[in-house]
Amino acid sequence: MSRFRTRAKVAAAIALAAALAVGCSSGGGSSTAPAAATGNQDSVDAALKAGGEITYWSWTPSAKDQVAAFQKEYPNVKVNYVNAGTNKDEYTKLQNAIKAGSGAPDVAQIEYYALPQFALTDSLADLNQFGFGSFEKDYSASTWAQVKNGNGVYGLPQDSGPMALFYNKEVFDKNGITVPKTWDEYLAAAKKLHAADPTKYMTSDTGDPGAVLSMIWQAGGHPFTVDGRNVKVNFGDAGTKKWTAMWDQMIQGKLLAPVKEWSDDWFRALGDGTISSLVTGAWMPGNFISSVPGGAGKWAVAPAPTYDGQKAVTAENGGSAQSVVKQSKNPALAAGFVRWLNHAGGVQPFIKSGGFPSTTADLTSPAFVDEAVPYFGGQKINQVLTQASKDVAPGWTYLPYQTYANSIFSDTAGKAYLNATPLDAGLAAWQQAIVDYGNQQGFTVSAG
Amino acid sequence: MATSSTTRFSVTNPRKSRVLTGFMALYLLYTLVPLVWLVINASKTQPALFSTSGLSFGGTFALFDNIGQTFTYNGGIFFRWLGNTLLYVVVGAGGATLLATAAGYGLAKYRFPGRRAVFAVVLGAVAVPPTALAVPTFLMFSKLGLTNTPWAVLIPSLISPFGLYLIWVYAADAIPDELLEAARIDGAGEIRIFLTVTLRQLVPGIITVALFTMVQTWNNYFLPLIMLSEPKWYPLTVGLNQWSAQANGAGAQPIFNLVLTGSLLTIIPLVVAFLLMQRFWQSGLSAGSVKQ
Repeated sequence: MSRFRTRAKVAAAIALAAALAVGCSSGGGSSTAPAAATGNQDSVDAALKAGGEITYWSWTPSAKDQVAAFQKEYPNVKVNYVNAGTNKDEYTKLQNAIKAGSGAPDVAQIEYYALPQFALTDSLADLNQFGFGSFEKDYSASTWAQVKNGNGVYGLPQDSGPMALFYNKEVFDKNGITVPKTWDEYLAAAKKLHAADPTKYMTSDTGDPGAVLSMIWQAGGHPFTVDGRNVKVNFGDAGTKKWTAMWDQMIQGKLLAPVKEWSDDWFRALGDGTISSLVTGAWMPGNFISSVPGGAGKWAVAPAPTYDGQKAVTAENGGSAQSVVKQSKNPALAAGFVRWLNHAGGVQPFIKSGGFPSTTADLTSPAFVDEAVPYFGGQKINQVLTQASKDVAPGWTYLPYQTYANSIFSDTAGKAYLNATPLDAGLAAWQQAIVDYGNQQGFTVSAG
Repeated sequence: MATSSTTRFSVTNPRKSRVLTGFMALYLLYTLVPLVWLVINASKTQPALFSTSGLSFGGTFALFDNIGQTFTYNGGIFFRWLGNTLLYVVVGAGGATLLATAAGYGLAKYRFPGRRAVFAVVLGAVAVPPTALAVPTFLMFSKLGLTNTPWAVLIPSLISPFGLYLIWVYAADAIPDELLEAARIDGAGEIRIFLTVTLRQLVPGIITVALFTMVQTWNNYFLPLIMLSEPKWYPLTVGLNQWSAQANGAGAQPIFNLVLTGSLLTIIPLVVAFLLMQRFWQSGLSAGSVKQ
């Protein structure tokens, strides 16, 4: 499996490098695409009525059911659903097809972190032309901010992942740990737990770029500043340092379970209490219920710890949008499908499959918020999670080549995890690699 | 040097070295442990995978249930992938072997202008890793409108510079020029000589190249990964990776038990092919090692 991963990473890196190189040589000179004219939804309604055929790439578990439900409602629209790979596998294919000029789908699922990369290379349709800009009020502020790039709207948000603290109540109670409200308490709890029972760990982290950025985000860091093709990278700001100072103690104190995220070991460790808490996105409950049967009745949810213990603050971790690819021959119809998917009939099947929505109507609906979830001992977990979606720190930006940057994380910052060396040094190495690569690709990237 | 009568070591009866035997045993262990691990874990249900140690059996013995699930999961897509892999191997590796044989023989036994240039190109091609050519190939195929079709995997698989080189070297030694001259004097045409005289002489070499290209095509991962976007054309390697990646991120659907069982099923045909053809493989490897 790891061989596959490594090769996939290499594949992604090569493909992206090639794609960006092609993109630059073919004269992507303009720094920002001119904003498309703001239109209305008439053309979308007309396209849905006229029917046609579109292709949709997604790896969401609910995609199949959603497509079936959509076709029932619009029998004259044929949607070819293709699972073209999970996250970076899909992006590699999408990027290749876009640069090759053919073979891309009409609609694609794209995670928020990868969206700027596709938006900036002018690969996605600006949905303002169909009047979707008016949907802003229907989505949580943090997710809408992620589909917006400049003045353009490059997708409609599907799921969101405001972070919360998931903890194994049984393990906590047995070892006299109270739910930490601050990161200082969290550190103390991690030490206490591992000392009391060396087989148990507060959490695991083998160095995942997505999680690291979310933690920096929560700490108030702003490592990336993007203005068109001008990029600034700074992992030395106060927010980032707050997180590294805290997490260094977790790494160097050997308080992290040496278990790779999403591996079979990891799922096992979540079930048997080896990993007794996670600070992760609100999409996690669905994973617990379907893949960690051993943890039923033991886990609970609390707000993510903060640094000052005063004001609740969290960050997004993961989540994706559906976008219309510019290559689409029928963008109005594609937009119609996206509208149905994330702004109409598609939302309920998504929630039913365990997804965490980004639509305010659902985030405030009593049926969703006050649902007692048996897996979590009947706790109304969505009360905590929907509150978290309101507490996301504003003003976060990803790199316009984040997928590549993430693919080299383990060669740079990842070493801090491996060798228990200071995170600041690791992040500095990552920063240097990000700056170098960006400049090679025709961005103007500076450090600090 | 006096040779005692008690220790008689010769070329046919070499001295046994404990150190080397020890190394061999270690190496055997090194190659077998992953296989053993795979067999053990393919017999577990997913909950058992999550709750028992990796190197011991645990829970119920679910191998056959896993095999059944592997073949039926997601509408039996595994069958489709198996069929695709077979297609790529039979047409791709088979074609590569044929082309390599014909070209290798031609280059070894015919003198024509530009022969040395071909030699240089082939040697150069052996040195370029296919991975480096994947992206240019993709862009080219995309212009031809062939991406996301089986052709995108088949056509590049048809070329095996290494196989060509092997046959070339092998044919130069294995087929005496006198034999060809005799056939010509008897009035056989060049095609007939190739089909009736040469091919038989080259069998060990051909099998070696066939086995080599077969393994390469069967394990081909990178090329189909970037060429194909629809799972219905995936070979087993890319398909299994997709199953494995399902365990990642929001809405993860881990099916580790099926990934493991699928991997086990994927390596069985190759193991069988090796066992059946290893005699030829060995004689092919030693071909040309002794000058007559």
